[in-house]
Amino acid sequence: MKHLSETVLDVRNQFPIFDHPLPKGQPVTFLDTAASAQKPQTVIDREREVCERYYANAYRGVYRFGAMVDEELEASREAVRKLLGAESRDELAFTAGATMSLNVIANGWGRRHLQPGDEILLSVLEHHANFVPWQQVVAATGAKLRFIPLTPAGELDLSDPELFNNRTRIVAVTGMSNVLGTLPPLAELSQRAHAVGAILVVDAAQSLPHGPIDVVATGIDFLACSGHKLYGPTGVGILYGRKELLAETDPLIFGGHMIDQVHQDHSTWADPPARFEAGTLPIVQAIALRPALEFMESVGYEAMHAHELELTQAAHAQLAEIPGIQIYGPPPERKGSIVSFTMEGAAAEDIAHLLDRKGVFVRHGHHCTMPLHTWLGVPATVRASFGVYNNLDDVQRLADALRYVRQRLKLDT
Amino acid sequence: MNTVGLCTRAAFDQTQGACTLAATELMTLDELYEEFDFLPDWEDRCDFLIDLGMELPKLSSDEKIEPNRVHGCQSMVWLVTELDDSGDEPVLRVRANSDAMIVNGLIAVLLAIYDGKTPREVLDADAAEIFKRLELDRHLSSQRKNGLSGMVTRLRQLAAAAIVDLDQQAN
Repeated sequence: MKHLSETVLDVRNQFPIFDHPLPKGQPVTFLDTAASAQKPQTVIDREREVCERYYANAYRGVYRFGAMVDEELEASREAVRKLLGAESRDELAFTAGATMSLNVIANGWGRRHLQPGDEILLSVLEHHANFVPWQQVVAATGAKLRFIPLTPAGELDLSDPELFNNRTRIVAVTGMSNVLGTLPPLAELSQRAHAVGAILVVDAAQSLPHGPIDVVATGIDFLACSGHKLYGPTGVGILYGRKELLAETDPLIFGGHMIDQVHQDHSTWADPPARFEAGTLPIVQAIALRPALEFMESVGYEAMHAHELELTQAAHAQLAEIPGIQIYGPPPERKGSIVSFTMEGAAAEDIAHLLDRKGVFVRHGHHCTMPLHTWLGVPATVRASFGVYNNLDDVQRLADALRYVRQRLKLDT
Repeated sequence: MNTVGLCTRAAFDQTQGACTLAATELMTLDELYEEFDFLPDWEDRCDFLIDLGMELPKLSSDEKIEPNRVHGCQSMVWLVTELDDSGDEPVLRVRANSDAMIVNGLIAVLLAIYDGKTPREVLDADAAEIFKRLELDRHLSSQRKNGLSGMVTRLRQLAAAAIVDLDQQAN
């Protein structure tokens, strides 16, 4: 197989955002793909094409545009089905994003099935989107949250036999930490969850952009992801639920398209996935999700992984040379392409601000993981995250810019 | 002493670029206006704010405690205030620190507006207008604005409470 580094320029050239340097000819060093990925030309073109050629509302019109939209939406749903290895398209609903999907799972399934004393098992790694909805569900049902602790490297410590017990109903974990890059062992979690009769919910917003997940082989019951992190459009996400589980999940949003019968005094719901697709879908975005998935497939997941690992390793090596930097989380070989760090004597906000001057775009703060930052014992970190279009020059520019930060804040004097 | 970046325009002119002004005193608003007018673009102004921030008087570690924290900022911010009635009129003394130097620079602007002012002057000051005059409103992220307005709100509440107290003492 051809190593992606050889063809990385071809891949990068598919992203028009990099065609436009910053003022003074500064190149764009985009290191915030974990927050949202840039879009390849095919995705941009597809969105435009839908609007220019055949746009109409979905699942309503018999006229030709409506039929074309329906066909394209279903083709997109099928592409997601293939990516996830789901058994049926009916197990996949378009949502506004991973946050909405997780809210549907927590409220639609959780509230209906949880009893007082039941336990929801989360990890300390979770993004607020896979954390706060469960807190709300717990408050409403009398269930309890239990947390999987972390090892010093920021990986899941599953050694406590009490973690999975006969009160565990739901295990909800990230597929990849958005701060540490940690990759929880999903298959093991699935086995242990199922062994005590619990379901496994996976927040795949971070992990899916780096490789496909086979929901059947891995034993995942519910899964959430976002289009905009998959090199696709904003405003569209996916809710996957095993058929039997979706059937016993209440809708969270009510309105058009999601109903079966509406009477003056009550209504009944359409079958999944329509039950979870109330109102007008993000039609253009959902259709343009397909070229995003096709783009990832064209690069190839193995090549993508090899390339991202190379960048992460290079970043670890380069940052280790800079005084005062501490990187959090597992070593590059055991995590996704995310490098979160602090620099002694420099606030994350200053670092991000000064990096921006050098055209290096990173995220700073708690990254929607306040409990994790409490565990880390720091108020904020700086996060550099790599996508398929990044290259070793980007890593070098990050390191150079961090040296500039030290100089500007007079940390070496 | 060389504190490049902190020099006022006058000092800069005098020394042809080699600034020799020690910035031990906090800047006044007029000096800030002058400096901002002198600096051509936002990046230079930011640099100036960072320098200002690096020179901001530090709080002691026992003042950097949770009750003094200002929430709503991306970075850590601590705010310490007291009513100083040693002079003719009681004035609000304000000291604040952040771990971020750019934020300390913005704090220096707040101190220029509020520190050493009577409670009435604090309430009369229009921080939004001053930030507009300095064009900070256009360049600050919404989160930074939230943090700043959190500090402004706290100072205004203190001033309002001080006025009530002083009125009661007068009666």
